[in-house]
Amino acid sequence: MASHNARLGLRLFTVYVVFYAAYVLTSAFAPAAMDVTPLAGVSLAIWSGAGLIVLALVLAGLYGAMAKDSVSEGVDA
Amino acid sequence: MIYDVSAVALAVFAAFVGLTLAISFYFGSRAKSSAGYFAAHGQIPWFVNGVAFAGDYLSAASFLGICGMIAFYGYDGFLYSIGYLAGWVVALLVVAEPMKRLGKFTFADALNARFQSRGIKIVAGVSTLVVSVFYLIPQMVGAGVLVQPLLNLPHWAGVVMVGAVVILIVVTAGMVSTTWVQFLKGALLVVFSLVLTVLVLNRGFSVQPGGVDGYLFREIALPNDGVDEPLLAPPVARVPGLPNETVVPAEGGWVGKPFVRTRDDATGRISVWRVREIGDGERLLSEAQSVTSTAGGETLIGGLPRGVGDGQATLHPVGQIVALPGGEDATGPVGPLEFFRTLGQSDVVLWRSEKIAEPDGGVTTVYYSDRVEGSRVLRPGEHPAFSGIRSGSLLDRVNFISLMLALFGGTASLPHILIRYYTVKDEAAARKSTIVGIACIGFFYVLTLYMGLGAMTSGALDPTDSNMAAPLLAKSIDETLFAMISAIAFTTVLGTVSGLILASAGAVTHDLIDSFRAEPLDDERKVLAAKGASVVVGVVAIVLGILFQGINVSYLVGWAFSVAASANLPALVLLLFWPRVTKQGIVAGVLVGMLSSLTWILLSADTFAKVYGLSAEDALAPFSQPGLVTIPLGFLTTAAVSLLTKPPEPLSHAGASEPVASS
Repeated sequence: MASHNARLGLRLFTVYVVFYAAYVLTSAFAPAAMDVTPLAGVSLAIWSGAGLIVLALVLAGLYGAMAKDSVSEGVDA
Repeated sequence: MIYDVSAVALAVFAAFVGLTLAISFYFGSRAKSSAGYFAAHGQIPWFVNGVAFAGDYLSAASFLGICGMIAFYGYDGFLYSIGYLAGWVVALLVVAEPMKRLGKFTFADALNARFQSRGIKIVAGVSTLVVSVFYLIPQMVGAGVLVQPLLNLPHWAGVVMVGAVVILIVVTAGMVSTTWVQFLKGALLVVFSLVLTVLVLNRGFSVQPGGVDGYLFREIALPNDGVDEPLLAPPVARVPGLPNETVVPAEGGWVGKPFVRTRDDATGRISVWRVREIGDGERLLSEAQSVTSTAGGETLIGGLPRGVGDGQATLHPVGQIVALPGGEDATGPVGPLEFFRTLGQSDVVLWRSEKIAEPDGGVTTVYYSDRVEGSRVLRPGEHPAFSGIRSGSLLDRVNFISLMLALFGGTASLPHILIRYYTVKDEAAARKSTIVGIACIGFFYVLTLYMGLGAMTSGALDPTDSNMAAPLLAKSIDETLFAMISAIAFTTVLGTVSGLILASAGAVTHDLIDSFRAEPLDDERKVLAAKGASVVVGVVAIVLGILFQGINVSYLVGWAFSVAASANLPALVLLLFWPRVTKQGIVAGVLVGMLSSLTWILLSADTFAKVYGLSAEDALAPFSQPGLVTIPLGFLTTAAVSLLTKPPEPLSHAGASEPVASS
């Protein structure tokens, strides 16, 4: 089951990396884009930063729900 | 600033520290073997371990450092929150389960699982020690910060207190007690941060003329026709509007600075004024604050000895809103989104500092106010380290990316986090506890934004020390809450330091001493050696904590992350996902990653300016954060050396030696 979990982990990890990289690169090369207030008068910087934290929670939850436990549980692996 | 000591605060504080010690001693009496001392027999329930992850991680750096950086610079502190949490995604999705499967006590065990190489054990042990000591510095600095407003003790006293208590905890107890202490504090820290956030939202914003002590900083507008020649040179004797004060002529480092000093004829108190053109030749003088360290070692506030009596002076607390949207005076309670919206349309006063060399060898630090639009503190780029992303400097942009990369990769390479995977019983428990950890930590990091910005507008900030922002915010709301929060933060420092010292002690005994002996130490002597190592590391940490006073703790942690990510991450990731990696590759990768990142940090502009006291322009590293260069360098070295050396034996069938990504 280890490789099932490893593949699942890497897939979810890739999703996160894409968003994280987009956030870091936007902040570094187009910081003015972070000033716009797309929703509720709150800046994109706040939305995207808090969004990354929420995304981490969602991915962690997904991983927890979809990962399989080792079949050899209880035996020294 | 000078702080009152309250009896309630003291009592609450003593109760917390006492409880922590009691837990330590209780569990300490039950852990005698080395499996118990280093890994709590692998019997910690996953939920407890998960909250303990939060306790380990949400240390001085997160609570004091991030809140402080947000309070002084706004959004830039939140970048650390985002980066730290991103690191946990790596820890959960890539590292957690294989770490549990491969190791026993230490990070070196996991790296070495396939090779049984003495070289790997030694370099991994050394890298654990280096990263732990780097990470210890900010914790100790944080401890010193906490005791100042709480007990009105000097910085060094706090550092020594924490050092002594932690050495006591670690020597008597071990991983079981450290885990339970971390569980308790992780939970309390998150709960009380939520309470503080609710109170901040409930208080809302109000326009304040000055800080919480009621002092009003003076402003004098000089009309164009008032003084013809420039105020600073040649000096004038009097400033219009200050009949009883004489201008002090600019000498030494004061020449050419936008400051003018006046001395009160009666008291001798020196006021520093920041001079700004406000259009059409008109100038505005804004009262600043100053702290002078004289050549003789005295500390003067506004030219007078520090104190509250006659002929003495103390700094005033700062940080307030000076204009709300629509010209309101107060908002009343605000919602979580309204909080940002309102602040974005307000004007806030931030405080900046500048060091000026006195002609007699002393140094004066001027703290001056800077009125900015609230929208500026709700976007990245206000902190001097990050402001380059707005000015278009490529090196500053690279520096920023480099930091975010180090934070991303650093968490999963921190030895004291990695050893927590050995305190649970299996991979499923390692996974579940990481998820619990992420939930607690992520929730807390969202709160840092409210606490930091709440502190920025609380009127309670100490302009000399950003690390103090969160406790002082609590103090501006309620004294008892302040005592609780300080005690929790202090005991969290205790726990984190215990964890780090344990990780170091494990590295010394399990990885280093065993490697240099023909026979491993027996169980009892191993625990004894670990306790001895704990004392030594603890003393080193105390000394460094005193030396690094005043540097933002989150900033220091950024360095620890850079070293951890450069030294440990490449070896760990390649070991897990690349069957061709060899033991020589791992040894070379850890060494090169560790040494290159350390060297880079020691040669960087930040270290030159903040640690050596040299000019930042003389620094040899092109930008301050090494990660972007040294993490790839670690990967390249590991890969190149592996390819140049003999491939490892074909994988055996034993589960422990199988890489997870076997295709």
